Amino acid sequence: MTEIPHLLVHEHEDNVGVVVVEGLTAGTDMLVCVTHDNSTFRLTSGADVPIGHKIALKDLKDGDTAIKYGEDIGKIIADIPKGAHVHTHNCKTKRW
Amino acid sequence: MASKYSNMTVKAYRRENGRVGVRNHVVILPVDDISNAACEAVANNVKGTLAIPHAYGRLQFGEDLELHFRTMIGTGANPNVAAVVVIGIEPGWTKRIADGIRATGKPVAEFSIEQNGDFETIRRASWAAKDFVHMTSEYQREECSISELWVSTKCGESDTTTGLGSCPTVGNMYDKLLPEGITGFFGETSEITGAEHICQKRAINEEVGERWYKMWKAYQDDVIFAHQTDDLSDSQPTKGNIEGGLTTIEEKALGNLEKIGRTSQFIDILEPAEAPNSGNGLYFMDSSSAAAECVTLMAAGGAVIHTFPTGQGNVVGNPIVPVIKITANPRTVRTMSEHVDVDVSGILRREMTIDEAGDELIDMICRTANGRNTAAEALGHREFSMTKLYRSA
Repeated sequence: MTEIPHLLVHEHEDNVGVVVVEGLTAGTDMLVCVTHDNSTFRLTSGADVPIGHKIALKDLKDGDTAIKYGEDIGKIIADIPKGAHVHTHNCKTKRW
Repeated sequence: MASKYSNMTVKAYRRENGRVGVRNHVVILPVDDISNAACEAVANNVKGTLAIPHAYGRLQFGEDLELHFRTMIGTGANPNVAAVVVIGIEPGWTKRIADGIRATGKPVAEFSIEQNGDFETIRRASWAAKDFVHMTSEYQREECSISELWVSTKCGESDTTTGLGSCPTVGNMYDKLLPEGITGFFGETSEITGAEHICQKRAINEEVGERWYKMWKAYQDDVIFAHQTDDLSDSQPTKGNIEGGLTTIEEKALGNLEKIGRTSQFIDILEPAEAPNSGNGLYFMDSSSAAAECVTLMAAGGAVIHTFPTGQGNVVGNPIVPVIKITANPRTVRTMSEHVDVDVSGILRREMTIDEAGDELIDMICRTANGRNTAAEALGHREFSMTKLYRSA
């Protein structure tokens, strides 16, 4: 891969990806790589998001399930537009 | 089937019981908290010895006391330890721990403080420690198969990069070396929450899987739910995990479980600090997810090298077991490189495959076994934290 990806996604069914570069700013035309098969697509970031934090790959609604590793990682607790930051302010565990 | 890993060897110490160690420590081991001062005085008198002070050992009872003995005996019995001086306040429990370590065949001397005082105890124990240093410093490393290593893992200050890079690196190592006959340990019981359905399926058979699930459920019910006062949002995931981008325990657990790779299966379950006795293979140890506690328990179970993936940069070490730090987070490599042994940040840039990262870790395991000091050793990280199950009597 000649261009370094901005966002990594584990599986095709995931609806969130992980920022893997420092200093990502809103409006960046991100290269997104799905690590399962190294396929790529592009997505525009909707916010300044720190390295390691997640971005929504599509519009998510309050009550949806966040999917990562192809698995349930918690419930979405606010509407999140595609490209926006997903973290503790809009996503919560279903466990405790 | 022979692989390129089959003929790998390391230069290590073969102990009296046949186990292989990668360090040659003379340990001064306190039975209880009030014997720490005497142990530290002996270690100060005799260079080349290592005191392991800790906080417990008085008025414990029941299962908690058994865990104390198991941790003490297991630490002394670890093959990275060549000889042990045991010091306790009274002779009864001191003898119990000394005899437990003696079963390995290694040299052990024991001393108790009552009716002697610190001065006389330190004088006698220093002579024994000095003799042990002379004797064990002449021990030679010999060629041993990589399959004889017992390698543990536990991750810390995890973030989303650990699930993408450093944990799969450890998993790749286990997928390659477990078939060669190494013994592996993983654990962190509460941190499988959200991935328990996947972990249970990685048991060698249904019976082991069911026992594993019962153990996991007991930790949930008896430890977490019995004591929780909130949604654990500041504890599991930790503040550091959240800073690093992990949002929920489910997300953290799925990343954690990447440490057992794609094909590895666990063959049995261990109590905290229990030594494996079902043959070579991967074991799940029921353990806390706190770094120093977990590494201490696995070392007491007999692991001689610990592989430690980190995202945000956990700095933990252990007194007797070299802890190899692996990170895929380029910010951690940039800001905390003195703590990093294996940099796999190339995985995030898609410049390095998991397979290549696994080979780099195996190379670092061999170099560490041969004597290379890890970052944690060079920086003096010797965290020894006993797990305590409940209040003392």
